[in-house]
Amino acid sequence: MLLAVRDLRAFYGETQALHGIDFGLDAGAITVLLGANGAGKTTTLRALCGMIRIAGEVEFEGRSLRGLATEDIVRLGIAHVPEGRGTFTDLMVDENLRLGAITRRDGPDIASDIDRVYDMFPQLYERRLQQAGTLSGGEQQMLAVGRALMLRPKLLLLDEPSFGLAPMLVEELFETLRRINQETGVAILLVEQNVTLALDLAQHAYLLETGRIVVAAPSRKIRDDETVRRSYLGY
Amino acid sequence: MELLLHQILAGLATGGIYACMALAVVMIYQAIGNFNFAQGEMATFSTFIAWQLLQWGVPFWLAFLGAAVAAFLGGIAIERVLFKPLHRAPPLSHLVAFIALFAILNSLAGFIWDFNLKTFPSPFGSRPLLGSGLISTHDAGMIGLTVLLLALLYAFFRYTRVGLAMRAAAAHPVSARLVGIRVGWMMALGWGMAAAIGAVAGMMIAPVVFLEPNMMLGILLYGFAGAVVGGLTSPGGAVAGGFAVGVIENLAGTFIPFIGRELKLTIALVLIVGVLMVRPSGLFGRPVVSRV
Repeated sequence: MLLAVRDLRAFYGETQALHGIDFGLDAGAITVLLGANGAGKTTTLRALCGMIRIAGEVEFEGRSLRGLATEDIVRLGIAHVPEGRGTFTDLMVDENLRLGAITRRDGPDIASDIDRVYDMFPQLYERRLQQAGTLSGGEQQMLAVGRALMLRPKLLLLDEPSFGLAPMLVEELFETLRRINQETGVAILLVEQNVTLALDLAQHAYLLETGRIVVAAPSRKIRDDETVRRSYLGY
Repeated sequence: MELLLHQILAGLATGGIYACMALAVVMIYQAIGNFNFAQGEMATFSTFIAWQLLQWGVPFWLAFLGAAVAAFLGGIAIERVLFKPLHRAPPLSHLVAFIALFAILNSLAGFIWDFNLKTFPSPFGSRPLLGSGLISTHDAGMIGLTVLLLALLYAFFRYTRVGLAMRAAAAHPVSARLVGIRVGWMMALGWGMAAAIGAVAGMMIAPVVFLEPNMMLGILLYGFAGAVVGGLTSPGGAVAGGFAVGVIENLAGTFIPFIGRELKLTIALVLIVGVLMVRPSGLFGRPVVSRV
C-alpha cells in the first residue's frame, strides 16, 4: 500500500476538522474524496501534506509522515495541487514548471520532462515566456498539473481540478489525468465536486461528511447505489 | 553644462550606494514584510570589520571579501537566531526586534571601535578620472562596482536554481513549500545576501563620509527613499529608485539655492512622502491586495 491513513484527525487552531478517518491508496490507483462543502476534503489533503496540525497516523511507503515539514513530505514524492492551484502568478510559465522540479538534481531529465509537459499541453508551450498569472483558468489548471508532474511524484493530490473550468475543458482534463495515470503509474487522490466524472475516473471513492468517512466503496458501486447517490450526492 | 553633467555623475555614484541599500531593504521587506531599520548598522558593522582587517595589514580586496563574507554569515545568523522564532509574531514584534538589532550593533561598534571618525581607504584612489574634472576615480569605481554587483545579482535571481527558488519563496511561500522549497532557509539566504550587499555599500561610501558607528544613518534614509520610490515589491524598481534619489539629491542640492548642503536630507523625506501620497505602491511596484 502506497498511502495508509489511520484515525486521522486534523485541527485548525482549536477547531477539529477531521474526526478520525481511515483510508488507503495503492500504488497507481485513482481514488476520489467526495462530499459537500465543509465535509473535510481539502482538509484531508492538507493534513497529508503537513500543512495543518494532525493527530493519528499517516504512512507513505511504510514511512510515517507525522512531524515532517511540508517540504520534506513533498520531497518523498507527493505532489499537491492545492485549492486555488498554487500558481506562481508573477513568474513565467517555464519558471513554474522548473519550480515543480526544483528538488530534483537531474538537469537533462528535467529539460526532457518539461518538453513532455509541453507535448501534453501545447497551449502552455505557446505561452511559456508569459507570466503565469495572465493565463486563462484552463491553462492555469494545465500548468498546475504539469508543475506537479515535474516532481515525478508517486502520489498526486488534486484539489478540485475542475473548479472554474468550462464543462468541455473539464472532460478534456479528466481524460488527460487518466492518460497520465496510465503512462506514468502515478497514484492520484482527487477531491472533486463533479461527481459523475470523478466516479468514472477513480476506481475507489470515499464519501466524507463533517469530518468523517460515511461511505467507502468502489466507484462503480457508489454510482449504482441509488440510496447513497440520493442521500449524499444529490442526484 | 559641465556642472550639470558633473552633478549627475556624482549623483549616480552615491545613487549606486542608495540602490544597494534600497535593494537590501526590499529583499528583507519581501521576506518578512517590514523595513529593516538595522540595515545601515549591519553595513556599518561590516565596514568596521573590513577596517579592522586593513589595520592588521590585510590587502584591501581580501579585507573587502572577508567583510562581505562575514556580513553574509552574520545576516544568516541574525535571521536564524532572532527572526525565525518571531516568524508568527505580529509585525510590531519585528519592529521591536529591528530596533533592538539597531541599538545592539550601533553600541557594539562604538564599544569595540569607539566613536571617533576613521578614514577608510578607497581602492580606486581619488584623483580626477582621466585627468578630467568630471568625475573622480573613486566615484567612477563606485559606479562600476555597484553596477557589477547589481548585474551579478540580476543574473543570480534570473538564471540560477537557487535564485528561482528564492523568488518563489518570497512571492508565494505556501506554494513554494508545496514544490519542496525550504522557505525558511531561502529567507535566511536572503538575509545573508542583503547583509553582504549592505556591506559592499558601506565599504564604498566609507571613503567619502568617514567611518563611525552612525555612518549609514542618513544613507539608509536615502535607501528607504529609493525603495519607496521604486516600489517595495520590485527589486529592480528599488535599484532604479536608488539611482534616481542620488541624482535628484545632487541636482536639487546644487541648483535649488535654498536647499544647499544643509537641507539635502530633507529631499529623501519629501520623496518618500510625495511618492506615498501619489502612488503608494511606488513607480514600479504592484499594489498589494489582501483578502479580508
